[in-house]
Amino acid sequence: MTGIIRGKAFVYGANIDTDQIYPGGYLDLTDPERVAEHTLERVDPDFVREVKPGDMIVADANFGCGSSREHAAVALKASGIAAVLAESFARIFYRNAINLGLPLLVCPGIASLVKRHDLLSVDPVVGTVINLTTGATATAQPLSAYVSAILMHGGVKPMIRRKMGLLSPADGTARVDT
Amino acid sequence: MHAVEKILARAAGKERVIAGEIVNCTVDLAGINDLYLQTLRSFAEMGGKRVFAPDRVVMFLDHFAPASTIIQADNQKQFRQFCREQRIDLLMDIDQGVCHQILADRGLVRPGMLLVVTDSHTTTHGAFGAFGTGVGATDLAIILMTGQLWFRVPEVIRINLEGVTGKGVAAKDIILKVIGTLGADYGVYRAIEFTGPLLDRLGVSERMTLCNMTTELGAKTAYIQPDRITFDFLQSHGDTAFPLATTDPGYDYAAEHTFDVTGLRPQVAAPHSVDNVTDIAEYLGRPIDQAYLGTCTGGRVEDIAVAARILQGKRIHSRTRFVVVPASKKVLLEAMAKGYIQTLVEAGATLVTPSCAACLGTHQGVLAAGETCITASSRNFPGRMGDAAAEIFVASPASVAAAALEGKIADPAQYLL
Repeated sequence: MTGIIRGKAFVYGANIDTDQIYPGGYLDLTDPERVAEHTLERVDPDFVREVKPGDMIVADANFGCGSSREHAAVALKASGIAAVLAESFARIFYRNAINLGLPLLVCPGIASLVKRHDLLSVDPVVGTVINLTTGATATAQPLSAYVSAILMHGGVKPMIRRKMGLLSPADGTARVDT
Repeated sequence: MHAVEKILARAAGKERVIAGEIVNCTVDLAGINDLYLQTLRSFAEMGGKRVFAPDRVVMFLDHFAPASTIIQADNQKQFRQFCREQRIDLLMDIDQGVCHQILADRGLVRPGMLLVVTDSHTTTHGAFGAFGTGVGATDLAIILMTGQLWFRVPEVIRINLEGVTGKGVAAKDIILKVIGTLGADYGVYRAIEFTGPLLDRLGVSERMTLCNMTTELGAKTAYIQPDRITFDFLQSHGDTAFPLATTDPGYDYAAEHTFDVTGLRPQVAAPHSVDNVTDIAEYLGRPIDQAYLGTCTGGRVEDIAVAARILQGKRIHSRTRFVVVPASKKVLLEAMAKGYIQTLVEAGATLVTPSCAACLGTHQGVLAAGETCITASSRNFPGRMGDAAAEIFVASPASVAAAALEGKIADPAQYLL
């Protein structure tokens, strides 16, 4: 997540809960590709068809509230979503997404600055957000050192493997130790 | 320090912690549900071979109990296999019920412990003075590997409960009022402590409901300082050792609120948000297709008892289904022994085995498009209990039973003279 992300935005409102991100009827699925097929399907039936790798989600407050189901974060990540920008996030969803290496950026005012399919440029490390369609800009709150370290490792799994001396070359190019 | 800070400090091996600090804690008990096969996958993906402390792990087959699809059955098969391989003796198979109720029934939760389960409603265990919090699959896999997990020490919000509840008003109505007043994201990242004279009149079941529902405020954990009521419950469930944490005098809360429940009427959270809360009077007469009594929020013996009291010798309305799901095997057995199950089934209730059942929209009572349900469970998100075009009202067990009787949303007070 070290580079600039560019992609189009999918915009949602407040209190988008984990049941809306990933419906309970599919919780027995585990393969990320199959999980991704149901991402946001009841909120936005067009999402799965329209999303491309690098795209982003923009939302109002309390994105990811509700269940602890990691499927919600898996679904977004496997859909190609590169970052989620919101006024605020629910805490279990926040941990789940960061653990998977999906950056979540708390970005005050973002909900009113972006419309569906606006093109965004986001620097997740510095927190700079530019709406390339409108020219509007915003700044995300800085990530904590611990969260940054997880993202720099590409997620918590490679970080734990490194800590436990189990890192293989396939685990990425992380250079940050914690 | 606050008691919840002392719990984290003890688990982190530190003298002091302060709110906002990130600490690495040894977890006293880790629970996994059958929704979270990803836990085992993440464990393997991180190179896990042996579970760090299998005696501190509990496996719950509760969300899909019993399995209703072949995939669910296969997931459960893999969990059972993992327990055998890793010598996890605390496998709570499909006959046992919902994780949080099992922990209470078996005396596995006690004051001062740090408890992490792959279920958002782990805040329930604040009722026992424990630090309970929910995480996802990969966080739990880290605990399986290392016995530890990082935590941000939460700020603590104090909710002081005063006054006297009226007829037909239960803990569920009180917490709905709190959620409706403060909002569904009020408690994000923070701990919610309940204090005040009303607690002396609330038993463990009602305290569990209060703490359970703090998840719907976004809270990281909940807390009630253990007292005689807590100790009596724990002793009757076989637990006699209570390492107590207590809050230092003069602790500076992040926020304090007082709710006087005197005059409070039964509440409902109307579709489609848990903080869309009003007096039940606003919706009296709304036709109900299904009434649902159960779950880690509203499926305890006390909840089933109040429903039986309302439906004793009566018959549920012909247009309404009444689904009753005891929260655990122990709850079911006690409700049977006391005749409540007989009363409810004779009145027309459909009995489901102890589990999460339709609460999470998978099976055993899911809703069709256009249907309306009143539920004693915790959530009314779109699609939570089945089709996203169904409407869900969250209310107390008494309100659910009254609606089952009348076929429409009704005030339970008239049946509780």
